Amino acid sequence: MAGPSIDALGQFRLTTGLGPVGASVNFTNSNEAMLGAAVIIVALFAVGLRAGAIVPGRVQALVEILYEFIRSMCLDTIGEDGMRFFPLVFTLFTFILLGNMIGLFPYFFAFTSHIAVTLTLAMFVFVFTTGVGFYTHGFKFLKFFVPPGVPGWLLPLLVPIEIISYLSRPVSLSIRLFANMTAGHVMWEVFAGFMILLTASLGVFGIIAAIIPLGLNVALVALELLVAGLQAYVFAILTCLYLHDAVHMH
Amino acid sequence: MDPAQTALLAKDIGGGLATIGVAGAGVGIGNLFGAFVSAVGRNPAARDTMFRDVLLGFALTEAVALYALVIALIILFT
Repeated sequence: MAGPSIDALGQFRLTTGLGPVGASVNFTNSNEAMLGAAVIIVALFAVGLRAGAIVPGRVQALVEILYEFIRSMCLDTIGEDGMRFFPLVFTLFTFILLGNMIGLFPYFFAFTSHIAVTLTLAMFVFVFTTGVGFYTHGFKFLKFFVPPGVPGWLLPLLVPIEIISYLSRPVSLSIRLFANMTAGHVMWEVFAGFMILLTASLGVFGIIAAIIPLGLNVALVALELLVAGLQAYVFAILTCLYLHDAVHMH
Repeated sequence: MDPAQTALLAKDIGGGLATIGVAGAGVGIGNLFGAFVSAVGRNPAARDTMFRDVLLGFALTEAVALYALVIALIILFT
């Protein structure tokens, strides 16, 4: 292909961060973004909750809205003992949300666009919910795979289906987040690449025509902001649903 | 045409075919919001509570489209 071409996946390449010290311990730009997300969350809460005012200021109101949002999600989805799992769900939600949002800025790295990261989070949720199920119900938790009210001759067919659908949970959970973030960033790259291709091939007319992909990219930023919040929400609420399954068995 | 070029061509065709799966997600998202609009028409007061579920359904449906995209990327870039 002649002229400039679009390198859509180059933005996800890992490089070393934090200079020579980071290079010696394989500290990558992905780790930098993770550390940044964690520091931002802790700093936000330290600043927001320092005053503890009855009439909250802006930062305190933001922190309280976040807290209330996840609290009601836990209580509505898991049940009345959902507050036991509140710290886990809250940590997952804020970490993924901040990770998605950091990735929206130019020159920053979206660590949730790597399957290694999302699969780690999803496997943790999967192992944890299974552990909660066995801890709460003992080996009676295996009855989870036997749907109630089903005629006996159907069971040899249904139990494997239930087990497969249970085992596919971490796969769907991780691929959903990873694919959403990757697709968004690839779309940006492709439309930004159109601008370069247009200006390189059509001259002045190309520069004028490049306004169209630029405008589309601006609209995509808004869409990606929605997706960033939505995917964090979906990850958190699916964690809640799995925990509900583990605690209440259907 | 030599085999290497044929393989590249087949890769591009395969990547294009893999994106057909997005059509299903289009039907799904259309269904979802169509049902949402008609539900809001019947009961406008329940809009806010329904919209949260719609967003969840939208994210789940959109993810199906992205599975197709992942397959296309795997075909194209590996």
